[in-house]
Amino acid sequence: MTGASPLISVRELTKTYDLGETQVKALRGVDLVVLPAEFVALTGPSGSGKSTFMHLLGCLDRPTGGDYTLAGVDVARLDRRPLARVRNTQIGFVFQGFNLLPRTTALENVELPLLYAGRVGARERRERAAEALEAVGLADRRSHHPNQLSGGQQQRVAIARALVNRPRLLLADEPTGNLDTRTSIEVMGIFQRLNEAQGLTIVLVTHETDIAEYGTRIVAFRDGRVRSDLPVRRRRAAIAEIERLAGEADAAA
Amino acid sequence: MSLFMTVRIAIRALRRNALGTALTALGMIIGVAAVIVMVAIGTGARTAIEQQIRSVGSNIVMVNAGAGGFGPVRQGQGAVTTLTPEDAGAIRGQLEGIRYASPALNTRSQIVAETTNWNTQVQGTSDELVELRSWPVQFGSFFSAADVRAAAKVVVLGSVARDQLFGAGADPTGASVRIHNQPFRVVGVLTSKGQAAFGQDQDDTAFIPFTTMQKRLLGVRHVSGIILSAEDDVPLDRMASEVTALLRQRHQLADAEVDDFMVRTQTEMTSMLTSTTDTMTYLLAGIAAVSLIVGGIGIMNIMLVSVTERTREIGLRLAVGARDVDVLAQFLVEAIVLSLAGGALGILLGGGTAYAVSALMHWPTAVTASSVGMSAGVAAATGVFFGLYPARKAAALHPIEALRYE
Ligand SMILES: Nc1ncnc2c1ncn2[C@@H]1O[C@H](COP(=O)(O)OP(=O)(O)O)[C@@H](O)[C@H]1O
Ligand SMILES: [Mg+2]
Repeated sequence: MTGASPLISVRELTKTYDLGETQVKALRGVDLVVLPAEFVALTGPSGSGKSTFMHLLGCLDRPTGGDYTLAGVDVARLDRRPLARVRNTQIGFVFQGFNLLPRTTALENVELPLLYAGRVGARERRERAAEALEAVGLADRRSHHPNQLSGGQQQRVAIARALVNRPRLLLADEPTGNLDTRTSIEVMGIFQRLNEAQGLTIVLVTHETDIAEYGTRIVAFRDGRVRSDLPVRRRRAAIAEIERLAGEADAAA
Repeated sequence: MSLFMTVRIAIRALRRNALGTALTALGMIIGVAAVIVMVAIGTGARTAIEQQIRSVGSNIVMVNAGAGGFGPVRQGQGAVTTLTPEDAGAIRGQLEGIRYASPALNTRSQIVAETTNWNTQVQGTSDELVELRSWPVQFGSFFSAADVRAAAKVVVLGSVARDQLFGAGADPTGASVRIHNQPFRVVGVLTSKGQAAFGQDQDDTAFIPFTTMQKRLLGVRHVSGIILSAEDDVPLDRMASEVTALLRQRHQLADAEVDDFMVRTQTEMTSMLTSTTDTMTYLLAGIAAVSLIVGGIGIMNIMLVSVTERTREIGLRLAVGARDVDVLAQFLVEAIVLSLAGGALGILLGGGTAYAVSALMHWPTAVTASSVGMSAGVAAATGVFFGLYPARKAAALHPIEALRYE
């Protein structure tokens, strides 16, 4: 693993929420280096600071202290405007709650980041959004509204949105938290394919051990610190599992 | 993000809450419509007054006995008795550039015909009036200079007075009527000037020689006014000061004494009469403008609600790379689209109302390009002004806090 320069380099990262009377130390000094094409699963008990850390990685919030370098850029000290640019071009974020715009078609939801990407014409925008939808297997749902889609489909639209501007880094905070087992495996299949075929770097939060094992590395949080950081020895393969499940279903029928 | 996309997104967001949008825009619509209608009525009134004054004749200077009032036509006989027909003669004889000079003396009187009678304004003038006002006769002729010299009992009727006394369109020349219990012979009927927009009907009148009025009706030697018409190239201001100087001399006024008459040019009368309507117009437009502000506050309110309702959407847009200015532009454009749409509908509504007022109430109205342009401008400015605060509020949101908002 030596040689490649890190995509993410975090040192002594702290985050304290100031609530007036009390102060919540959500992160107490996190060190982490992620290389390109890694697939890191963040685990840890509820309240251990995983989401806080993801928001910092996603440039959605600023650390209280420490350093964060993304692709060689010291993003912890950027202004609001360049930070918006980093979010738009470098990072795709998938939320637990999907966060799709209601009463807006899947295609238009996916187009959203391209609206803020500078000179992307309407036609190119539509083409790229359609491509991204196809990549998550939703080519035939482009004109559906979110409320006409299942949870798994909605999360796939959100993934397509995260991918449409071709980011280097995909961040996902409990993306399968609201999904059933089978749909979860399907979503993990998409992540694994993106990671393996395109070398997309992924950092994913989950509190389920099985989900974590689809990644290449498991980083466990506790009380705002990294407690353990281990490679996955026997990585699970989502696509093979889906095929096996499909086979079982056929046999049962 | 392109302006086109911003506008599209704004229209879409507004359509999503169509009823709220319509109600909000209503304030704007009514405000703009009110401005348009008020200005239209005011402008119409001004035009009508100008027309009426122009119909008195061209290059007119009016001399009025006393130190107040509008003009000889309205004054009636005042307490001041110093103005005489000889003053009119002196003005004509001693000043250059006078075309006509007609003494004037009025009274309201009952005119009695064979079977009917009619109360109207009886005006004593000279024979020159028909030229002075370029007012042709329909039947017969205007009375002559000889009639004036002889203080003859002759009368020329306006068309409305004729209609009332002898029936619509009749030719009563040669007939006899009684004014102040004295017999008068009808020698002519004037053509109709048409319904006057404001004030009295110009056709509801009768003309007799001023000499007849002085001697036979009122028993006085003075007149209440002199109507002068200057040659085309004579500046009215200069004419007015020459007339003033001459009359002061004739009335033997010392330097310290104030004028016992009043000289007004047509231009002055126009601005005097229209200034009233102008003040009225500004006042009404001002009141209407207040409703524009109320409309603007309505827009601010719905935009604030919209920002709150769409906090998560704003958070999401920020999360996928929208800059502050993108969010600011989105909400600002929304407010402007809302107010402009309201403004456009208001212009249509105002124009329609002005038209209806003209058609139904016979008030002259004029929807001017400037009032339409001003309303559109004010509508857009209202959108910017009242939309800015909510838009800035939206743009200042923190992505994560906005996304978490319930
Ligand atoms: N916006 C916030 N304001 C105050 N405290 C917060 C905020 N967000 C998170 N916290 C606190 O920070 C700690 C870490 O939270 P979080 O990062 O959401 O943990 P996890 O995602 O691992 O469950 C928790 O104690 C939580 O209550
Ligand atoms: Mg969390």
